[in-house]
This record gives sequence, structure tokens and C-alpha cells, in this order.
Amino acid sequence: MFKKTLHAFATAWKGLNLTFRHLFAARKAREVLDIKQENYFEKQEGVTTIQYPRQAIPIPEVARYQLDVVIDDCIVCDLCAKACPVDCIDIEAIKATEAIGKTSDGSVKRLYAAKFDIDMAKCMYCGLCTVVCPTECITMTDNYDRSFPALTDLVYQFSEMTEKEIEEKRAELARFQAEKEAAKRKP
Amino acid sequence: MALVFYIIYILVAIVLFTFLAGFTLFAVYAERKVAGFVQDRLGPMETGKFGSLQTIADILKLLQKEFISPASADKILFAAAPVIVFVAVYLGFAAMPWAPNLAPAALNLGLFYVIAIISVEAIGVLMAGWGSNNKFALLGALRSVAQLVSYEIPAGLSLIAAVMITQTLDMQTVTINQGVLSQERLLCLGLWEVQHVGGLFAWNIFQAPHLILAYIIYFIASLAECNRAPFDIPEAESELVSGYHTEYGGLRFAFFFLAEYCLMFLVAMIGVILFLGGWNTPLPNIGSLKLAMWTTGTAWGIVWVLVKTLAVVGVQILIRWTLPRLRVDQLMSLCWKVLTPLAFLCIVLSGIWRILVMV
Repeated sequence: MFKKTLHAFATAWKGLNLTFRHLFAARKAREVLDIKQENYFEKQEGVTTIQYPRQAIPIPEVARYQLDVVIDDCIVCDLCAKACPVDCIDIEAIKATEAIGKTSDGSVKRLYAAKFDIDMAKCMYCGLCTVVCPTECITMTDNYDRSFPALTDLVYQFSEMTEKEIEEKRAELARFQAEKEAAKRKP
Repeated sequence: MALVFYIIYILVAIVLFTFLAGFTLFAVYAERKVAGFVQDRLGPMETGKFGSLQTIADILKLLQKEFISPASADKILFAAAPVIVFVAVYLGFAAMPWAPNLAPAALNLGLFYVIAIISVEAIGVLMAGWGSNNKFALLGALRSVAQLVSYEIPAGLSLIAAVMITQTLDMQTVTINQGVLSQERLLCLGLWEVQHVGGLFAWNIFQAPHLILAYIIYFIASLAECNRAPFDIPEAESELVSGYHTEYGGLRFAFFFLAEYCLMFLVAMIGVILFLGGWNTPLPNIGSLKLAMWTTGTAWGIVWVLVKTLAVVGVQILIRWTLPRLRVDQLMSLCWKVLTPLAFLCIVLSGIWRILVMV
């Protein structure tokens, strides 16, 4: 009984010493050490808290976070939508009557992107769409910190065409196709 | 004249309450900060500079909340319990001396009164647990009362060991006899006359060294009395939600919290007064350097008693974030098999010391 009590006091004292040391070691923040370093587990003291919005851990270069599309570089080939395992990319293309321009890497654009929606709530951040993209217009950014008041806000809309423009292009295509049909039927 | 008398009484009560409320806000903040630092975190940081307004924000939130009584609760017991718990602790402060000739009420049975009035808290806790009509609250209350009743014995016995040395229950006299203002002959360790030296050599724990053991017993028992870890089984969060105040919210819960922290301060202050010299300075007179005389007075007294008590409260907080909770059977065996016999030993030693050394 006596020995047990003494042991209890000794261990309690030891614990108090430990917490007391940490109490005063908390004056400085723990330096971020690479876990591969040999003395990583010897650095046990200092505050580990990262005050997030004001302080952030650097993210790795190959990190895969939110998608971004440079719509001017997109040739609307639909490859990304086909590659997507969760079908979060929704593309609607309208054929143009002629080449409408070139992307920054020289590919010819022949389609209008009437709709280019990415549902970030569905996206699983695999990065397959960025791999297949021939013009590298769809990329994963380093932005992981977004929040929205509504679920629908998570659908990112990258198409820059207005309703009116879309109607116009549709009508133009219809007219063009009708003319073509008419030309075919003539002879 | 009578009117002035009552006005002063009410003013003293208001000042004490303001101090206690301020202390509670500070202690909760300190508790969270210490917890953070001990665990290598930062604690509250967002509200105010370094989170300093966090507890004020918390109390404002609690004040705005609705009074909710469970449908099957005993309404009267439920509403009365937090008041009784707090008032019991608050009344204890009436007899505490803060400085030479400065005490809300100078009772010649001061210590007895304080110990008695703290015991009333157990009734409030039981009322809260029973009145809530909730199994967690009831279990917590039963545990709490069992713990309070058990630990009052070693606490009381170790205080008796000190009282046998001081020969008085008047807290003011107890304090005076531990410093340079004493009219009696004081001996440090029974050998060295210190009534003109003062300082920490005249404190009770150095006047009779076995009182160090008595103080340790008292300190452990006082932790149990205010339901602090490692004796927090009445509020064991992992088992009982939050024990006897599970059903409470808003201002009523705030009163339980207030009572808990005030009791921490009260038991720490009793220990300081009986063992650690109360408002006496720790600085002794050294020859012509009359440090003890210079640092004794009304303002100095308040400073010393506050510093000592807050230091003890700091140790209580550090212990809470260090030691794991005791099991119920361990709690009882510590009380009855270790602390109580040791407290009796202290009483015997006090008697021997009184007869052989002091007289």
C-alpha cells in the first residue's frame, strides 16, 4: 500500500513536470520539419497549431485541387467529359460554320462551347480530365478552399456565351445545314 | 447609522461578487489557455487579442439563452439547485481575511463556518441531480455527494492539524500568527525565533514541518471537493455527459460554472491562509533590511493573498491537464486508506509538536 502510494505520487510528479515543460515550451511555434529528417521525433516541443486562414502549410507542386478551365483555349473536344469517371463535366457544343479561331497552342477551334459546367460537388479530384486535354486548357489549381451557401453554386460554369449568342449560333448552324441540304438536293 | 452599516454590507457583497465573477472569467480563460499550451496548442485566439474576450463572449451567450426545464423535472428543485450551490460557495467568502483588519466578517469561528457552509454545496448538487430526473445527472450527483462527504474528512482532519498548532479558528488570528505582526513567540522548525523576522519562515508549514504533509493532504482533498480532475468523476464527460448539470443551460449552467470556479478559489484561499501565511509576505526581515515590515499592509496583504491563491489555482489547473481521472473505487480507497490515516497521523504529530516543541 505504502509503496503503491509513493509510486502514484512519483508518477504524478513526473507527469506534472512533463506538462509544465510543455506549458513553457509553448512560447514558440514548432518549426515545420520534414518527417524524413532523422531528428523529426526528437523535436517534441513548441506549438503545433497553424492558424489557418492567416497561416497555411505549403502545398505540394503536384497537388490536385479545384479545376479551372481557360475557355479561350478549349476546342470543345469533349475528351475531358468522356474521361471523367464520375461524369461531373457537362459540355454542350455547337458546331461553327467555319473555323472560329485558334487556341494559344495553335489548335483550330471549330466548335462553340455553349455549356461547359463542372460539378465540383461530384468531382473526385483524380485529374484524368487534365491528362487527356489536348490543349491543356483544363488544369487543377492549388485552390482547395472554397465554400458556398448553396449546392448549385458548386457547379462551376466556364462557358462565356450568353443565351442570345447561343440562340444566334444555333440559328446560324440550322441555316447553314438547311442550305447544305438544299444544295445537296438540287442536282 | 444602521443604514450606513447595511449599505457597507451590501457594497462589500457586491464587490466580492464582482471580484468572483471577474475571477471566474479569468480562470476559465486561463484554464483553456493552459490546456492549449500543455497540449502544444494555442487555445482561444479569435475573440479579441489572443482570445482574451473569449470568456466574455461565452458569458454573453449564456446570458441570452432561454431557461429550459425538462418536462419531467422537479421544477422547484431544478430551479433552486444552482442558486444553492453558488450561494453556499459565495457565503464561504464572508469569513476570508484579505489583509490586516480587512475581512468581510471577522468571525472567531471563521474556519468552522467556512467548512460548514461549503458542505451545503453537496445538498445543492444532489438537488440538481435528483431534480433533473435524468439518469446521468442522478448518477453524477450521487457520485459527487459520495465524494464530497468522503473527502471532507481528510480535508477537515488536516485543517484540524493546523488548527492545533494555531490554537484558534479565527482566520484573521491564524494569519496574524504567521508573520511579523504577531504578538506571540513564533518558532521556525521549532528552533529559530521568527516573530521579528517574518517572511516565509513564519508560515505554518515552516513553523511545524509536518504541516507540509497536512497541506498536501488538504490540497488533494480540496481538489476532490471542487470536483476537479483527477477527481472529476461526478462530471466525467466520457461516462456521464456532464454529470449533475447535464440538463442545465444558459444562466443556470453559468451559476454552476461560477460556483465551481469560486470554490476552486475558496479552497485554495483556505489552504493559503492556514498553511501558507495568508496575507503575510514571503519576504523576511534581513538585519536592517526590513523587507517583511515594508511589504505588510492592506494593499500588500491583498496582493500577497491573491498571488498565493492564484498560484495554487494555477497548480490545480495544471493538475487537471496532467492526471487522468480516478476510478470510483480508487477514489474511495485513496480517501479512506491513504489520506484519512495520514491526516490522523498529522493530528497526532500536531499534538506532540504542541506539547514538546511549542510550549
